[in-house]
Amino acid sequence: MNKWQPGASLNTLHRRAVMLSSIREFFKQRSVLEVEVPVLGRSTVTDLNINSIATSSEGAQGYLQTSPEYFMKRLLASGSGDIYSMGKAFRDGEIGVKHNPEFTMLEWYRCGWDDHQLMSEVAELMKLLLAGEDGTTCDVIKMSYADCFFDSLGFDPHSADLRDLQLLAAKLASDSWLDETRANCLDLIFSIQIETQLPLGVAIIYDFPECQAALAQMGQNSVGQTISRRFEAFLNGVEIANGYLELIDANEQALRFERDTDARKCLDRPTLGVDQNLLAALNSGIPACAGVAIGLDRLLMGILGVDSIDQALAFSWLRC
Amino acid sequence: MANYSTNEFRSGLKVMLDGDPCSILENEFVKPGKGQAFSRVKLRNLKTSRVLEKTFKSGESLEGADVMDQDMQYLYTDGDFWYFMEPDTFEQHQATENAVGDALQWLSEQDVCMVTLYNGSPLSVMPPNHVEIEISETDPGLRGDTAQGGSKPAKLVTGAVVKVPLFLDQGDVIKVDTRTGEYQGRVK
Repeated sequence: MNKWQPGASLNTLHRRAVMLSSIREFFKQRSVLEVEVPVLGRSTVTDLNINSIATSSEGAQGYLQTSPEYFMKRLLASGSGDIYSMGKAFRDGEIGVKHNPEFTMLEWYRCGWDDHQLMSEVAELMKLLLAGEDGTTCDVIKMSYADCFFDSLGFDPHSADLRDLQLLAAKLASDSWLDETRANCLDLIFSIQIETQLPLGVAIIYDFPECQAALAQMGQNSVGQTISRRFEAFLNGVEIANGYLELIDANEQALRFERDTDARKCLDRPTLGVDQNLLAALNSGIPACAGVAIGLDRLLMGILGVDSIDQALAFSWLRC
Repeated sequence: MANYSTNEFRSGLKVMLDGDPCSILENEFVKPGKGQAFSRVKLRNLKTSRVLEKTFKSGESLEGADVMDQDMQYLYTDGDFWYFMEPDTFEQHQATENAVGDALQWLSEQDVCMVTLYNGSPLSVMPPNHVEIEISETDPGLRGDTAQGGSKPAKLVTGAVVKVPLFLDQGDVIKVDTRTGEYQGRVK
């Protein structure tokens, strides 16, 4: 590998440009407004497992944003209506065949929509972007998180006993999972046993466990279990999108920030001041909405059929 | 030995796992968008040569293994041990039959092999990629049959059995690729 040269071929750069302009056309036709929000902010997310890259300007602490979500929600609270953003996001320490610490994220919000309406729009966008020259396109399937577990493993992830999940995780990985949290055990089992068996094309998985709600509203599934109104999309078994029926309750948001911060303290991870501007925006009132983010570098990997994110980027971190 | 964290796991790194030295073959960083990161690692157990797959949480660490690869010249065997010499220090090492393993069938005196030392003792031996060895037994050669078709087994003086073209005879010296066990040509 010649480090000075790009990882993406010239054809890939061309396909990337076509993808970006197709996305802009898609949203233009649907009257969704493109917005640009900062990648350098004074606050950042509190997520336990998302680490921000810290920096500073004239001594003032700043963070490269891990997603445009908080800024976009402040625009929604200001009456922007439907908006999308295509820009860079940064996550510390995420380096691998499918990860680059700097990546391109498409995120959009639909006011008055629920998560299932937004899943349909994700499916339409995927079909458009993955269409071949002959007009054929990818298959899209949609199934609940619980059904994935039933089909692959024969048990219900929402009612499963924590101990049983820990034992299964330990069997799949190592004994260090025996004292893991429910969320981490489910993630491990999903990654190893389910993700790898997802069909080719797009798979949209919805009704995530209550313990993995992140910024999604809670809800009930068809059998009355509490679930989070969160979904993910996978392309050829690779996670590419994460969406929510958005949490819009400021008190509940403040509570989740607090829980995240406590969890970070327990694990000796740096704790970060919560974003007071986001809380103020939620307090002032934000329309009911659904939002989703798609990793465009991974989507391009799927469009091109390449295995490594280095091949989808002009210069991945390996070459910077 | 130093400890290595999952983000330092690279192909070729030698680590201890469950008491055995292992060589890392692949390390895949896995991270669900909102979830905890982990590493799916493929390792070769250097004692058994078995390939294992293990999943570690990000930040978990393994102790480094005192394993070193070194080119050494094969000297001789006394039947119990096989003796190798470091070319620059002339230091000699004795390898057990277990450590020599499959290399045994290819070894001629003075061949330079790659010997893997674990805590200072030979753990495994890699023969040279190409060796030149005399045929000790094979069916008589068929004159003129040099072009194509057929092969026959030939036993070499080191013990290996290789498929060779029909025209070769006992006493001929041939070149063999030890990685595949395939005949490469006759040595004039």
